[in-house]
Amino acid sequence: MARGTGLGWPRIIAMTVVALAATVLPLPEWLEILRPDFVALTVLWFCLLSPRMTGLFHAWGAGLALDAFRGVLLGQHAMALIVITYVATKLRLQIRAFPPLQQTAVILALLWLNEFLLFWIDGVSGHPITDWRRWLAVPAGAACWPLISSLYARFAARR
Amino acid sequence: MTPHEPDARPLLLGGPALGLRLIVLAILSLGLMVADHRQHRLAVIRDWLSAVVYPVQWVVQAPLGVWDSARDSLASRARIEADNVRLKADNFVLRLKQMRYETLEQENQRLRAARASTSRVVQRTLVAEIVRVDLDPFRQRVLVNKGSLAGVFRGQAALDANGIFGQVTRVGPLSAEVILISDPEHAIPVQVNRTGARTIALGTGRSGQLSLPYLPQNSDVVAGDLLVSSGLGGVYPPGYPVGKITSVGRDPSQPLLSVAAEPLAALDRDPEILLVWFDNTVVEPVPAAPPPADAPPAAAAGGD
Repeated sequence: MARGTGLGWPRIIAMTVVALAATVLPLPEWLEILRPDFVALTVLWFCLLSPRMTGLFHAWGAGLALDAFRGVLLGQHAMALIVITYVATKLRLQIRAFPPLQQTAVILALLWLNEFLLFWIDGVSGHPITDWRRWLAVPAGAACWPLISSLYARFAARR
Repeated sequence: MTPHEPDARPLLLGGPALGLRLIVLAILSLGLMVADHRQHRLAVIRDWLSAVVYPVQWVVQAPLGVWDSARDSLASRARIEADNVRLKADNFVLRLKQMRYETLEQENQRLRAARASTSRVVQRTLVAEIVRVDLDPFRQRVLVNKGSLAGVFRGQAALDANGIFGQVTRVGPLSAEVILISDPEHAIPVQVNRTGARTIALGTGRSGQLSLPYLPQNSDVVAGDLLVSSGLGGVYPPGYPVGKITSVGRDPSQPLLSVAAEPLAALDRDPEILLVWFDNTVVEPVPAAPPPADAPPAAAAGGD
């Protein structure tokens, strides 16, 4: 699709694997609840801001890997991630033009949609987690967005 | 990468291709979820996926492991000496218990042979180390470093030095997932050691708490009672400590008590656990030919 532009697949896969590792990195309990969904943030960055677009297939693969990593229902994160990637890709040109604060608000909405789909699938499959604290990861993820996007931009710009 | 290379990227994305891809991938995901959840068709694929992701999970916790071992090797002499004294004392007590245990075990086997029932004690154990990765903050599950190659199987009971820890829910070739007794989806059949009353202990999602919601108002339980596994269901070996009752809430307007217990196993602090094998074939004692009309036979006690 985008041969010859900035990022090659090795780097994309490496960044995705690092995001996956960050999702299971052991943290103290109070911080664990606030852990942002790094994979969702990475997938969103790739489809919104990266010099090379990755598409739904990247989101789907990353989602499946996340399912395998956390040992949850296979296809659950994959489903949620392709939906938010679809929305983000549709709105891509608008979101790119937004000032940072507004961009963060859109990310907040997308992450909320992601978490809602996961919550829904959890419920349908009979493993509901009704603890309100599960939603804390959404604002935490949005708060991390400016930092993560600038970090990724720096990493992607390196040759 | 020259900066003047023509850019082949499309400026506007979307259109029918994107929507079509979404639908295809969504159907694929749904298919996967249904196959995984409803039919358990994907067990083999899941096992191999866990083998693929295990190296990454291992690498994630490796620096922590190195840090721990470095700290251990630099531990002060005073602490090691104190540990040594404590362990010697422990060992002495345990050896005394062991002496008594052997005679008791023999006696127990003789009695069981007389009743023609098998003794369901742990026969073989395997030490598995807990891989320090966080699978999900709201579910009490851990990953251990032994899998089907070491003989681990689904539904196997896991213990630690103080009590029952959990059971194996998923087995890969190199790793296995263990659900803790404190997971909200876990229930373990228990027995109050003092009275022999049987009930079920449910996990609450917090590692330090179990709840026993099925005890009637008139049941004899007090804080401090020991709960042991009853062995019903065949997953856990009977007679191993599970927890200690911490509080008994008696509300006369409710039909059941609200009883909380604390697991004895160090669920959130254990570095390693024991996976156990025991003979869980339940041999029902043969009922006596004319069942006595007034006194219920001993076998009927297992039916509640």
